[in-house]
Amino acid sequence: MSSTDFTWLIGGPQGSGVESGANIFSRVCAEMGYQVFGKREFYSNIKGEHSYFAVRVSDKKIHSNVNDVTLMASFDAETIFRHYKEVISGGGIIYDADLEDTTTDKVHTLDPPFRERLHKELESKNKPFSIAGVLEIAKENGVKLFPVSFKSILETLAEETENPRLKGLIRMYNVIGVSLSLGLVKMPPDSLQKTIGTIFSKKKEIAKINQQAANYSYNYSTAKFEGFDYSLTGIEKEPGTLLVQGFQGTALGKMACGCRVQPYYPITPASDESVFLESNEILEVIDDRPGSTAVIQTEDEICAMGMTIGSALTGTRSATCTSGPGFALMTEMLGWAGINEVPVVITNYQRSGPSTGLPTRHGQDDLLFSVFAGHGDFPKIVYASGDVEESFYDTGNIFNYADVFQVPVIHLMDKFIASSVVTCKRFDPSKISINRGKLLDKVEGEYERFALTDDGVSPRSRLGLDNGIFWNTGDESDEKGHITEDPILRVKMMDKRMSRLDLILKEIPDVEKAVSFGVEDMTVITWGSSKGPVLDAIEMLKKEGISIGLVQVKLLHPFPADYVSSLLKDTKTIIDVEANHSGQLGKLFKQNVPRDIDYFILKYTGRAMTSTEIYDSLKKIVENKAEKREVLMHGA
Amino acid sequence: MALKMADYKTDVHNDWCPGCGDFGIVNAIQMALAEMGLQRDKTAIFSGIGCSGKTSHYINTYGVHTLHGRVLTFAQGAKIANPEMTVVAVGGDGDGLGIGAGHFVAAGRRNLNMTYIIFDNGVYGLTKGQASPTLKLGEQTKSLPSPNTNYNVNPIGLAVASGFTFVARGYSYDVRHLKDLIIQAVNHKGLSFLDVLQPCPTYNDLNTRDWYAGTDLMDEAQKRHSRIYKLEDTGYDPVVHYNEESEVNEKLTQSLIKSLEWGNKIPIGVFYKNEIITPYTHRLRDKIPNYLENPPAKQNISKNGVSNTDISQILDSLEV
Repeated sequence: MSSTDFTWLIGGPQGSGVESGANIFSRVCAEMGYQVFGKREFYSNIKGEHSYFAVRVSDKKIHSNVNDVTLMASFDAETIFRHYKEVISGGGIIYDADLEDTTTDKVHTLDPPFRERLHKELESKNKPFSIAGVLEIAKENGVKLFPVSFKSILETLAEETENPRLKGLIRMYNVIGVSLSLGLVKMPPDSLQKTIGTIFSKKKEIAKINQQAANYSYNYSTAKFEGFDYSLTGIEKEPGTLLVQGFQGTALGKMACGCRVQPYYPITPASDESVFLESNEILEVIDDRPGSTAVIQTEDEICAMGMTIGSALTGTRSATCTSGPGFALMTEMLGWAGINEVPVVITNYQRSGPSTGLPTRHGQDDLLFSVFAGHGDFPKIVYASGDVEESFYDTGNIFNYADVFQVPVIHLMDKFIASSVVTCKRFDPSKISINRGKLLDKVEGEYERFALTDDGVSPRSRLGLDNGIFWNTGDESDEKGHITEDPILRVKMMDKRMSRLDLILKEIPDVEKAVSFGVEDMTVITWGSSKGPVLDAIEMLKKEGISIGLVQVKLLHPFPADYVSSLLKDTKTIIDVEANHSGQLGKLFKQNVPRDIDYFILKYTGRAMTSTEIYDSLKKIVENKAEKREVLMHGA
Repeated sequence: MALKMADYKTDVHNDWCPGCGDFGIVNAIQMALAEMGLQRDKTAIFSGIGCSGKTSHYINTYGVHTLHGRVLTFAQGAKIANPEMTVVAVGGDGDGLGIGAGHFVAAGRRNLNMTYIIFDNGVYGLTKGQASPTLKLGEQTKSLPSPNTNYNVNPIGLAVASGFTFVARGYSYDVRHLKDLIIQAVNHKGLSFLDVLQPCPTYNDLNTRDWYAGTDLMDEAQKRHSRIYKLEDTGYDPVVHYNEESEVNEKLTQSLIKSLEWGNKIPIGVFYKNEIITPYTHRLRDKIPNYLENPPAKQNISKNGVSNTDISQILDSLEV
């Protein structure tokens, strides 16, 4: 059997059900045993602007999207205008036949720069500025076209089910698109019916209508469409497979590791995590009464951070979740947590900056900002996860770091991970160990919160603990926590706090600092979500006999310079891959490891990297045809 | 053994200016804590930045000296995590009504069961006397290069409008009255606000102790030896007694009108009190039934060093 590597793309105006369509498709594929990697792209808009979902389906473990689209399901004109070129020869486009005459000037959401590029393209090929025009190009490219009138499908369905209301239900275009697609690839129909039943399990009536529409469209597709060479008929399912959304890893990690207070302020793409936590606020606890997470929506990110710290002072594991602009507001308080040695976790789902930037788009923009966040010198940890599965276990680890080292921890996630839907191994909470460090359960005798100790970590009381009274202040303080401006004590306290950075490097195991996927003459260093596309690109090159190494740095501050340089000591060429303009990891690397980065592969379009484009750039580097700074541009 | 006022004092040197109104407030807080017999390690004083920010270091309970404008955020986080704590937040008028005004309003909407005391002196003392949000338009305290160009905030009015359910004003040189107000505020079921008029002898040369005493007046205020009078002496009833719109509106309106009195007659005492509005902790309990018995700070999160949270149901729902 030949291997499966299939990408399905669905697009439509925001609010038209693109996401739920993609969720149905992803779930059906996952139920049928496939590995799934889906990613959502959307505008900062509620209704009307173009959003799309690319779902890659494979019989092997995959970590990224590719450039090629095998089948596109569209029910509006804009999707076709924007994506027709991505569909490969032999691939297909399912589209609404009623749209053929639609011209570009009728689609108001086509923004001027895109419209201009599209017109140039059509002009050069001597095609009309219409759907018919772009479809002609697609056809010439070898793409198979599958026209269908969505409107008449609804009309027929309304007649057959004697439910005239269905006629106008354009909200079901997404389910029709999904079902036509699944019919075309001969996916067994039961899984589609079952999945719709599961997704709409709380709304029986809606489930029923959707199942009818799905059934009709599926049959329409198998009866009317032919000549499509790809099929997805199912493979053996690996037991214990989850289909998760990217933000669920940190959320479930927080539940499992005992984070019990999460104040937050709404911001894309971070809020989904908090909303998911709140939706599951009551927690089952083994052999104990139920626990809970208090998720508090605050008036701003400053309050979110203040509440998180206040809560952490009671000994409660506490976190907030935000994105770059919100994190910027939190930085004064980050210093307060630093000088007062308060363990807090800030989950930062990064997006494209600066400022509001591209608010719903991807970027690994906040690495250097996180490392240097806050005025003055204080110890903190900056840690990045590479994918949703890692983020579950990492969340458990970083709460331990926070408690053991009594420092704030910034957990870098990003929009790419947040809005992806992927299959992965079921999370195992029994692997989440809990280490509260020197948190006290009782205090006997005289207590000093900031006592000078050999390892630089003081026993930690908590608000409300008997005899554990302490003082905190953002000023420099003495051992009890009272303000001091004494120069000698100042030095002692600074040295004590900052010694924590060495302790962190000493205590955190190497495997948690960085992950080596093999080191070769030519080795990529990367961090966060760029890991996935690099891994897949390396795999593609391996098939051609080209070996490239990969080191993923997870602990970014304090920088594990010794470990990373020992990993890279035999490599000749270092390539830095990341999703920002300046190559922030490269800068951090050079600052800590006295060695230059040889090549940068960077992307800052706001769209996630695909493995295809990394493959292309790595190949150029291997062939000595690359620029020192390769900039990736793929994606609508 | 019953605790005495002295038990609530620390031995930290107090570096406020001689004659500072802050002394009266910290004394009143310590007296109130002693009178209520609050356990020191179940009580936390949170403070902001400025002269008043040092208050938490002078009181022998848990003390958290936070950031400028942000005291309510820290205090609320602690109260939510551990609702058994008695939480009192203190700060200056610049701190709470200038940089912290957003938090002030939001805290009112939440109505957590805690107390916020503003040391209201009309100036930014530690930065050498700039105009604070409560200084009146056109007034010029001694270190201002020119008269104040901003209209003043009305702390009582803002508190009432924001949803604080106990709103009162005290005077720092009437320590016993202030102590009684603090006790009422702490015992109130909901978020209580105390605006404390507090002369700054160094930078506010307008609203001085003598000015509050009315020594410049020729009228009856001079006879009373004060501009200040007590609302409770006038038969004023601040309490919302029953949950009807007309009752709530009447009590809100009268407190707003009273809050506008200034000049030769300045009211202190309780302006508004409403225990019908549910405190935030009870709103959380409505969502999380055992929140009050098993709040975040009390929850056991591990067994033998491993997570004891059972997330299997959620994982089941995600499994394909």
